[in-house]
Amino acid sequence: MKLVVHNEMCSGCRACEVVCALRNLGEVNPKKAALRITGQFPRPGRYSVTVCDQCGICAEVCPVQAISFTDGHYRIDEELCTGCGLCVEECPQGVMRVHRDRSAPIKCVLCGDCIRYCPRNAITDADEEVAAHKAVTAPPARS
Amino acid sequence: MTNALYGYAGKILRLNLTEKTSHTTPLPSDWPDKYIGGRGFVARLLYDEVPVNAESFDPENLVVMAAGPLSGTFLPGGGKVHFGAKSPASGGYADSNMGGHLAPEIKYAGYDAVVFDGAADRPVTVVIDDDRVEFRDASKHWGKGCFQAEEDLKKELGDDFQIAVVGPAAERLVRFACIQHDFGRQAGRTGVGAVLGSKKIKAIAVRGTKSIPMADPAGALAKGREMYDAAFAKPGFADWTPQGTAGVTDWVNEVGSFPTRNFKSGFFESHKNINGQALRDRILITDKGCFGCPIPCGKYSKFTHDGKEYVVEGPEYETIAMIGGNCAIGQIEDVAYLNWICDDLGLDTISGGNVAAFAIECFLNGVITEEEVGRKLAFGDVESVEYLLRKMAAREGIGAVLAEGVRHAASVFGKGSEKYAIHVKGLEFSGYEPRYAPAMLLSYMTADIGAHHNRSWAITHDVASGRDSIEGKAKKVIELQHTRPVFDALGVCRLQWVEIGFELRWYEEVFPLVTGMKKDWNGLLRCSERIWNLTRAFNMKHIKGFGRAYDMPPARFYEEPMPEGPAKGKFTTRENVEKLLDEYYELRGWDREGHPTEAKLRELDLGDVAADLYDAKG
Repeated sequence: MKLVVHNEMCSGCRACEVVCALRNLGEVNPKKAALRITGQFPRPGRYSVTVCDQCGICAEVCPVQAISFTDGHYRIDEELCTGCGLCVEECPQGVMRVHRDRSAPIKCVLCGDCIRYCPRNAITDADEEVAAHKAVTAPPARS
Repeated sequence: MTNALYGYAGKILRLNLTEKTSHTTPLPSDWPDKYIGGRGFVARLLYDEVPVNAESFDPENLVVMAAGPLSGTFLPGGGKVHFGAKSPASGGYADSNMGGHLAPEIKYAGYDAVVFDGAADRPVTVVIDDDRVEFRDASKHWGKGCFQAEEDLKKELGDDFQIAVVGPAAERLVRFACIQHDFGRQAGRTGVGAVLGSKKIKAIAVRGTKSIPMADPAGALAKGREMYDAAFAKPGFADWTPQGTAGVTDWVNEVGSFPTRNFKSGFFESHKNINGQALRDRILITDKGCFGCPIPCGKYSKFTHDGKEYVVEGPEYETIAMIGGNCAIGQIEDVAYLNWICDDLGLDTISGGNVAAFAIECFLNGVITEEEVGRKLAFGDVESVEYLLRKMAAREGIGAVLAEGVRHAASVFGKGSEKYAIHVKGLEFSGYEPRYAPAMLLSYMTADIGAHHNRSWAITHDVASGRDSIEGKAKKVIELQHTRPVFDALGVCRLQWVEIGFELRWYEEVFPLVTGMKKDWNGLLRCSERIWNLTRAFNMKHIKGFGRAYDMPPARFYEEPMPEGPAKGKFTTRENVEKLLDEYYELRGWDREGHPTEAKLRELDLGDVAADLYDAKG
């Protein structure tokens, strides 16, 4: 699975952030999501979706080798993680998060629920293991 | 069983603007069961705590901001926040809700409701950052338009704050000043923005990092998934979303209910130039959704006016009706421009369009003169409407009178102008011309805040059931007045149900998974009826002599047959207006004056309210 974003489709609803934290941490709290929606308003008037592209830099910089590649994604071993925050600092997307409730950062594990529950097909899977098939009309390409 | 609350934060945050102090009180333990949340908490707090002798702009009036138990959770449309106060429009109960992302953030910050009491001596931004509260100097934002103020505050505080602002209209206590959030969502009605202005609150900024406790997180996830999948599968998901609320414009014209030229007519000849298709073809750039919404009705638009480029969220149907048809503005770019003016000044586009049209009709009939107004006024003239809106927001000249709303303005102007004042209880009508839609007319007559459509959007029932008969209409209105406000209490948007036919059972099914409380749909409806009687009691308590006369519509709707269009020649007779009210009161268990009986209040577990209203009378 490889996440691809389509910013022009995003309507900023943040269903992806909510389902991400609920699915992976069992909590309703978008501040614990492993992806991020930002809006640029009033101008130019669009949203951006930032997702983890599994580039692996977090694993490269981790001083205790707590992050390893399994099943197509990099995963943090929370037992090994010391919470030093180096991976968060070095994340090129700036999408790894820390939250005071948690000793380890929050990182995408490619569960695919952001694709499934984005009402707008703004996140898709390049490998098409998870289909984004909602009947959505794109806004006119005017901006 | 534990005492833990699920779906609720369990706390009310109380802010005193005079003293610049804050503290929290626990959510009363019986409130979730009796009032659900959102509008229910607003109503109970206002009923209990606003002094009867307080005027709407006195420091003793309160603004209450509340989320619901489902706000911020994983389901379609969980983003509705409610604002309430003693009404600048009616002097009675007021609330107004909006979408966006504020309600979830309030919950994540750890509160179910926030109460704003007192008044600051200098402009403030109230910052609520989890447990931290700051009364931050807002002198440099005072006087700024809503767009600039929110943009500046995002830079000042951080992009992750959800911010609500008021504009210059609220600062000058215009009685239909709104609250704006997320660059385009508004709690527009009843002048709740002006009450914030009276407290010198320029903005409310909220950031929350906490989790909402869930009774059954796994169950709520599974149910939320089912709900989204069901929404995606609805035909309306694909069909309704591209135009959003603007999509209804043609239909409302086809049934002759589109407010046109100050509700003189129900058909606007230029409606094809301001409908949802025109919006989409000519100005739309982005669909802008509220929190969790699968069917974003927010349409973000770009257009030019006088060679300058503007962006605005909208126009929504209501703006299309009230600025478009009602002021006879016949091009979507012009409606969007006046929408932008209203949003920037912080004026409700509904009342703004209604009041502007009232002034134009007064002018055309010689009630007010060119000298008094400062220029000629005409329907269909963008400059006339812009001029009036700016005068109202500045309270300059004629604008000082118009800023009080049409009821008051008509009393000042005299000369028969009350027949041009299209309001109930002091709140201007919104976007449905109801003279040939008896259930819609009754909905406007009996809505607790005044002439607003959201409690009971009965126009489709009118058309489906036949508009020449009043049979069954009162019953339907009551059913809608209980059903629709359930959404307002849950803190979710009703448009999933209204527009794409999302089944009511979903809310009944997800409610226990979030809250741990068992409540079927009938149980939710009973809460809604309780809230309805509570707000009626608020009006009785706060408006001297409140009763049947306050439920009467403008005479235009029962005296003047529709002059043109699909409903030509039609109207609802005075006799039928009275019959509708009689039947409505009887079905509600109210007396002929429209007062809830003591027995009815006790039946609804509102014994304390019954004691208030009836023991005092002896």
